[in-house]
Amino acid sequence: MTPVTDSEQIAERTTRSEILTGLRLSLPAGLGMFPLGVAFGVLVIQHGLPWWVAPALSFLAYAGSLELLLVGMLVAVTPIATIALTTFLVNFRHVFYAFSFPLRTVRGKVARLYSMYALTDESFAVTAAAPGSWTQPRLLATQVAFQVYWVGGGLAGVALGTLLPGPIAGLEFALCALFVTLTLDACRSRAQVPALVLAGVAFLLALVLTPGAVLFTALLVFVALLVVRYALSRGTGRNRESTDA
Amino acid sequence: MPDPGYLLAVLATVFVITFALRALPFAVLRPLRQSRFVVTMATWLPAGILAILAAATWQSTVAADGQTVAALIAVVVTAAVHLTCGRRTLLSVGLGTLTYIGLLSVL
Repeated sequence: MTPVTDSEQIAERTTRSEILTGLRLSLPAGLGMFPLGVAFGVLVIQHGLPWWVAPALSFLAYAGSLELLLVGMLVAVTPIATIALTTFLVNFRHVFYAFSFPLRTVRGKVARLYSMYALTDESFAVTAAAPGSWTQPRLLATQVAFQVYWVGGGLAGVALGTLLPGPIAGLEFALCALFVTLTLDACRSRAQVPALVLAGVAFLLALVLTPGAVLFTALLVFVALLVVRYALSRGTGRNRESTDA
Repeated sequence: MPDPGYLLAVLATVFVITFALRALPFAVLRPLRQSRFVVTMATWLPAGILAILAAATWQSTVAADGQTVAALIAVVVTAAVHLTCGRRTLLSVGLGTLTYIGLLSVL
């Protein structure tokens, strides 16, 4: 045995234990992802879409709440422009995940592309919860495990949806309930109240102005109102903020 | 029913936008971090977008089933369970949805 082989063996052992740690860290979030994936798969079948839409969306979008939202939009043959705007705004939060996500630990072009592609809410949350402890095998194991839970849940849901005798009336409320809980999680402080009020104004305006395209108009008006709010806060706060500009 | 060409166009659109949102920031991390506008929008956008999505999905549920009261009760149950039972999303969504399904079957 040469020292080189020894260190290779140690590296192999470390890689294996890092992969196991990554898998263990993926379990708590996986407990939520798998059932939600099942609900997504059932919805795809109950809306009369082809079964492959579930895995196709889970691979190409790989963003849970957007995929659930898209099921209804696909059935209604929503214009691509509306789907593009909705995708952009619903997934815009991902832009900020790059600030702290440990991509620097990942080497190799393919591995880096995968890690960026699979940078979901869950991937971000699990890395943000334990900063500084991530290695390439651990991070990739967690991310691959997440995708297996999500795609696997969707396929299980497709199977379940096909077995059910008929559609369950009211199951689509799960999507509304999901957004209600996500809204509650996003606004834990009073600082969010102005944005919520502007969102309410945008939604009511959209309901009156374009009853046929409520979501599209509401999102656009909301962003426009926030830009105005930003411009106003810059205007009034210019003297105060000029020192740190 | 949507035709396969439309489905493929949606899949391509969604893939390109989502991947760009996840990957591009790594290339322009420094200017992004220094942009006051981007950082401010990051704190203002999420809650409002999610609230609009909640309102829009609620409205389309009511439009499909015509049971405003049932949908209102189910939202209250979802929010109450979420706030009182430790923000366990699966539990809140599950009980809220079961409430709605139950109300639909008796109303």
